[in-house]
Amino acid sequence: MKGKNSAGFFALVISIIAIPFIITNDYYIGVLVFAAFNCLACIGLCLLMGYAGQISIGHGAFVAIGAYTSGILTSKLAWSPWLAMLCGVLIVIVVAFSLGIPALRLKGHYLAMATLGFASIVHIVAVAAVDLTGGPSGIVNIPRLDLFGYVLNSDTQYYYFSWSVVALAVFIAFNLVNSRVGRGLQAIHGSEDAASSLGINITSYKVQIFILSAVFSSISGSLYAYYMNYIDPGPFGVMHSVLLVTMVAVGGLHNIWGALIGAIALSLLPEFLSFLSDYLQVLGIHYQPDYDTLVYGSILLIIMLFLPEGIFDGLASTLRGSKSFYGKLAGRRTGRVQ
Amino acid sequence: MNHTDGTFIDVLQFLILGIQRGSIYAMVAMGFNMIYNATGIINFAQGEFVVLGGLMMVTLTMAFNLSIVFSFILTVLFVIVVGILMERLTINPVKHPTVLRLIIITIAVSIIIKGVAMCFWGKGSHYMRHFSGTAPLEFFGATILPQTLWIFAILFFVVIAYIIFFNYTMTGKCMRACAINRDAARLAGINDRKMVMLSFALSAGIGAIAGIIITPIIQMDYARGAMLGLKGFGAAVLGGLGNSMGAVVAGVLLGVLEALGAGYISSHYMDAIALVILLFVLFIRPSGILGSSEAMRLKEF
Amino acid sequence: MSNSILELQLLRKNFGGVVAVSDLSLDIEKGSITSLIGPNGAGKTTIFNLVTGFLHPSSGHIRFAGRVLNKIKPHTIAAIGIGRTFQNVQIFPKMSVIENIMVGRHLRSRAGIFYSSILPPFLRNEEKLIRAAAEKQLTFLELEQYAHVPAGGLPLGNQRMLEIARALAIEPKLLLLDEPASGLNARETIAMGELIEKIKQMNITVLLVEHDMELVMDISDHVAVINFGRLIAEGSPAEIQENDDVIAAYLGE
Repeated sequence: MKGKNSAGFFALVISIIAIPFIITNDYYIGVLVFAAFNCLACIGLCLLMGYAGQISIGHGAFVAIGAYTSGILTSKLAWSPWLAMLCGVLIVIVVAFSLGIPALRLKGHYLAMATLGFASIVHIVAVAAVDLTGGPSGIVNIPRLDLFGYVLNSDTQYYYFSWSVVALAVFIAFNLVNSRVGRGLQAIHGSEDAASSLGINITSYKVQIFILSAVFSSISGSLYAYYMNYIDPGPFGVMHSVLLVTMVAVGGLHNIWGALIGAIALSLLPEFLSFLSDYLQVLGIHYQPDYDTLVYGSILLIIMLFLPEGIFDGLASTLRGSKSFYGKLAGRRTGRVQ
Repeated sequence: MNHTDGTFIDVLQFLILGIQRGSIYAMVAMGFNMIYNATGIINFAQGEFVVLGGLMMVTLTMAFNLSIVFSFILTVLFVIVVGILMERLTINPVKHPTVLRLIIITIAVSIIIKGVAMCFWGKGSHYMRHFSGTAPLEFFGATILPQTLWIFAILFFVVIAYIIFFNYTMTGKCMRACAINRDAARLAGINDRKMVMLSFALSAGIGAIAGIIITPIIQMDYARGAMLGLKGFGAAVLGGLGNSMGAVVAGVLLGVLEALGAGYISSHYMDAIALVILLFVLFIRPSGILGSSEAMRLKEF
Repeated sequence: MSNSILELQLLRKNFGGVVAVSDLSLDIEKGSITSLIGPNGAGKTTIFNLVTGFLHPSSGHIRFAGRVLNKIKPHTIAAIGIGRTFQNVQIFPKMSVIENIMVGRHLRSRAGIFYSSILPPFLRNEEKLIRAAAEKQLTFLELEQYAHVPAGGLPLGNQRMLEIARALAIEPKLLLLDEPASGLNARETIAMGELIEKIKQMNITVLLVEHDMELVMDISDHVAVINFGRLIAEGSPAEIQENDDVIAAYLGE
């Protein structure tokens, strides 16, 4: 990591450390913990979609597999949460590999539908395999995570832990995109023919990044399970996969910061909307949480129509635009020709 | 009644149930194909047209007490307008479309339609009266609802209308020309943008019809769109994407397999059956069982 | 014979009922510039795609430095030492010019997904080597001033140069250039000709598909004429210019 990105990373770390000193309300810290889970999954998805150019509307399924593996192994077999999380990762690697090999040969719409179908199947299994998953009533008594024998009891502790994981994921993602492998992935996105003519094994790269992104999702699911101490199939429907894609797309597909911003923004959106609803009440509009779906969809559509590169790139190019505008002014004043 | 008869009746009952479900998948698949042929886009909001058709019909018949025929026409027109608006407002303005962007746009539209449906119709499922009563008819020992016969008849009618439209009308032929070679069609003076709009209109219309006829049986709710869309897409792929007659056969086949699977394997996993078949087809033979792989390659997928 | 680097033996490719390449045999001499010419649709690009593994022959053999390439995948063929460019330029538009070339160093570096993620010290060195090699290509092609510009923003002439620089970065023994001068103006075409001759001097065999006859006749050591997937003539540029079959094929087009 270097230049602007390492400055951004520094800013991220500082913000992570500082926020609990500014926001002391446990509820909002809890909201940020959920945001961290989404960030983690979205960073992986951004590597897959933004860099390698492969769409997946099925990563909610990997979150679910991570969460359920952790939940089942810790609550029913009393495994250590860490070991259960590792086991979830291993299962997700196997599943992502088996799904990725045939699915990643497909392109565009086909890949999108295949992954969406996969997510749907996993959700159906989560509901129907009552003996294993507890069915609609889910799994209870999932323990909290411990760190070197010290249980993460408070929301603030969990906040620091989960955001440290996000920071690590950001670090990994930036190293990756600026490496030989990252360039290979972007090359595949640019032109598969050209990439393979330069010696890049396209299938292998696509499958590898699919697995890595699935692992990020799986860890996010495990952390969710340990934080909630309870899971049911509700949050793991197809809509969750769609929501992850929405977060990445709204923030900006082609940039890790974009994914991060999108994930944070959409995770905080319901809170913002419920905050806003008090003011809307004054105007005579009775805003209900049920309208959230509509707001999500509208934001996604507006971004895709008017800022297809996402909020982050939109902001960045606006800034760059104004900078070059001033640059031109300065250049003209000193008589320099560009 | 001996045991063999019982088995036969069971199978027949599952077949009837399966063809009934399959008819809906077939119509969703035809909707997918129309837009796909005109634009190369898979419309992820296809299932939402079905939901919208069903829910609108519920309101018109149950709340406003309009006649079935009148409500039917109004509902189809309403959803066609939604389809046209979707194309005009979200597909047409996109100047530099990438597959990823178009996919996300249609997903966004599906989320919006779903959100609106939830706001207007709530989260519950809605009962609607059957077209002509609920007294079951007997058919070789199995029972069949009058509504099921309506579904068969309307699918038959839609297929005939489809064939006539695409083979014997000028507009239909122009749409086919656009599907085969858009640039050549444009050179021949066909307004291809108009054809795209028309494809969304027709596709929405077919979706609405599917929603209208199935709602008395399944009781529509706002969240059914995704699953209906996925299964309809399964039928479209199984039949060879773009091939609507293939889609009809595949849709019915999928419905029957699903009904048999639900009856003899597990009803809990019923919804998964069609999806597993979808994945299987995509992985083994993405050109579809009934489609040709040569045509597939030409579409550059 | 023994001096040939690439041998096509009775090469055939059918698409359904259409025969794109028909029992074509051709030897490419090591260190030469060989041009494939012929009318549009003669099967020249199909031959490129067969040699680079994007298509597999229906029958016949492709031998490169003694090794049969028939069923080998494109990325392996690149590793064996064949580089190529594409008729409709295939650069990576969102990556900068230098990054485009750095992708070409893929085969000459080895960091996998794990090491790339955690960036251990020895990788930083490899990264430096990749960058240095890419800069060398950039200098060779005189594209230094564009190093950090997104490749998609370059004019077509520079995009074609970049594509060649990228293909050279894999250090190929054989370089296949698919219409490198198409869309270039007269000045750029001359520069392209000079570049191709420089590449030859680097001991890289060049196989060229090109419609600009002046360029072909100027730089080629050997010319092969293809029509309807068949080889109808081959020889030195001078011989080809006087060949009646060739004249008939072009005029009868």
